Amino acid sequence: MDVLGNYKSVISARSTDKDITKKSQDGGIITTLFAYALEEGIIDGAIVAGPSDEPWKPEPMVVTTKAELLAAAGTRYTISPNLNLIKEATRSYGLDRVGIVGTPCQMQAVRKAQLYPIGMRDVDDKIALALGIFCMENLSYQALEAIVEDHCNQKMESVKKMDIGKGKFTVYTERGAVSQMPLKLIHKYVQPGCNVCLDYVANLADISSGSVGSPDGWSTVFVRSMKGNAVWDGAIAAGCFETKPMDQVKPGLDLVTKLATEKITKNQKNVDARKTVGLKADGTPKGLRNPYESP
Amino acid sequence: MAEKITIGELHLSGCTGCLVTLADNYEGLFKLLDDYADLVYALTLVDVRHVPEMDVCLVEGSCCLNDKISVEELKEARAKSKVLVAYGGCAAYGNITRFCRGGQWNQPAQEAFVPISEVVDVDLYIPSCPPCPQQVRNVAVMAYLLLRGNDEQKNLATAYLTPLMQLAQRGNEACGCDLMYDVINQGLCMGCGTCAGTCPVRAITMEYGKPNVNRDLCIKCGACYAQCPRSWFNFDVMNNYEGIMDAIKGAME
Ligand SMILES: Cc1cc2nc3c(=O)[nH]c(=O)nc-3n(C[C@H](O)[C@H](O)[C@H](O)COP(=O)(O)OP(=O)(O)OC[C@H]3O[C@@H](n4cnc5c(N)ncnc54)[C@H](O)[C@@H]3O)c2cc1C
Ligand code: SF4
Ligand code: SF4
Ligand code: SF4
Repeated sequence: MDVLGNYKSVISARSTDKDITKKSQDGGIITTLFAYALEEGIIDGAIVAGPSDEPWKPEPMVVTTKAELLAAAGTRYTISPNLNLIKEATRSYGLDRVGIVGTPCQMQAVRKAQLYPIGMRDVDDKIALALGIFCMENLSYQALEAIVEDHCNQKMESVKKMDIGKGKFTVYTERGAVSQMPLKLIHKYVQPGCNVCLDYVANLADISSGSVGSPDGWSTVFVRSMKGNAVWDGAIAAGCFETKPMDQVKPGLDLVTKLATEKITKNQKNVDARKTVGLKADGTPKGLRNPYESP
Repeated sequence: MAEKITIGELHLSGCTGCLVTLADNYEGLFKLLDDYADLVYALTLVDVRHVPEMDVCLVEGSCCLNDKISVEELKEARAKSKVLVAYGGCAAYGNITRFCRGGQWNQPAQEAFVPISEVVDVDLYIPSCPPCPQQVRNVAVMAYLLLRGNDEQKNLATAYLTPLMQLAQRGNEACGCDLMYDVINQGLCMGCGTCAGTCPVRAITMEYGKPNVNRDLCIKCGACYAQCPRSWFNFDVMNNYEGIMDAIKGAME
């Protein structure tokens, strides 16, 4: 399969809702789509990475209003186990149509839960909208803390926004300071599980989005499934987004393809290298598990 | 429509939750029975006393070694079915019956309860406690395609069922600790939270993005490990999720 997955269309877009773009990470695609889907009754609620007691530590949360969606907008570069709530959403919260946002691996978890609902009772037909966000790698909370506090020299609680782009990790503080560090220095902090990840642009989402490929403040959007297509067409008709053809924006789809290829090639090598991590007493290779081959 | 397949449920030391789960498909169960499968053996649902020949036998419950009849029936079911399924956590992994140590009413002498693969060869696992109605339905539809379908359908069914067959090869022990051993210790966990979300007894919490298992709560149902996207992930099947889900939905309409 193509490194960009199956998709029906790819567009550069930005939300027309100023309340959203003020708080969103990039073009506000995710928050706007959920807000639209809530309003239209396409979803009854969505699982998002909401705020928690600790600064920049996300907490998976079921939200049912636009205000709650706004509180959860923006990117937190640390793990938010959103799938934790997927069954709960249909039970304790009683949602019949669940929206969920997540990284590519989380979209994989969603589709596995639908196709193989082993412990996921009543989930398969209740996932109404799965929105994916591009992801190169993720960090544990302690790693993020080390990066922000040790490398960038800023207190976690004083940070207003974090961003990854143009080879740098950048933090913006409430008082206007900007601290940066080169991205290549954060690689040693990446959670190990990301090193076997073979998806950059959330191939299995209904719609997936990220900043790469589009100008600042805009997002690259892949419309992937039939369901995604219907929701996207509806949102466009309702005037939720301004759009530009992908081949007319800079740096364009080539950069997305390049980064996706780099990630997948590198990680495929890691998957392969795991086969021969050590040596048994008799000298034969001693391997680690390959999750893509068997349990 | 091709000839139906035959399915039975053999009830060993289980709580009947698995059987109820089958019925929890509601009208879906009628559809399955109308078009795809004849239920030829099942406690309370079918009036048949002796284990008959069948295509697919779902075995519920672990096997009590102190109960001769259970052992004999299990062996007989193995001999008489094409596909033998460990249906639910007890059959696959022992589940809560792993904690038996005799002295319970009304059979105080019964203390040895083992997952069925300690007694017979098992072809396929459907873990969890109870398993989910939709998972049983999917396996039933796929078993039908495997045994009665055209080549294309056989290939799809084989691809779909393979990981569940591999789980049966993997062994008969699984609990929350397996996430530690076979996912986290192997550097594979990415913190999606699926394991915590799936656990029927809420034995798993997510601490700073990684699962923490309360081993006193874990009943060894195997759901968390089987549901984790990093225990196994078959791209060929998952990448076609839309088509497969539509096919299953179509089959049930
Ligand atoms: C770890 C990580 C790495 C990323 N890497 C890239 C990259 O390499 N290239 C790229 O183009 N884009 C990347 N992104 C995506 C990007 O940062 C934005 O999330 C995306 O463009 C959506 O922006 P938006 O304005 O449309 O969404 P918004 O309207 O801001 O909504 C974002 C949504 O994502 C949810 N969310 C925030 N943090 C997390 C999280 N940690 N886990 C799950 N859900 C979360 C929020 O709850 C919110 O609903 C990454 C995101 C994460 C979390
Ligand atoms: S790199 Fe892959 S495994 Fe890691 S968080 Fe992103 S999508 Fe998940
Ligand atoms: S389901 Fe697997 S990958 Fe996801 S958090 Fe649990 S152990 Fe980690
Ligand atoms: S931790 Fe929960 S899901 Fe996992 S085996 Fe134990 S009881 Fe089952």
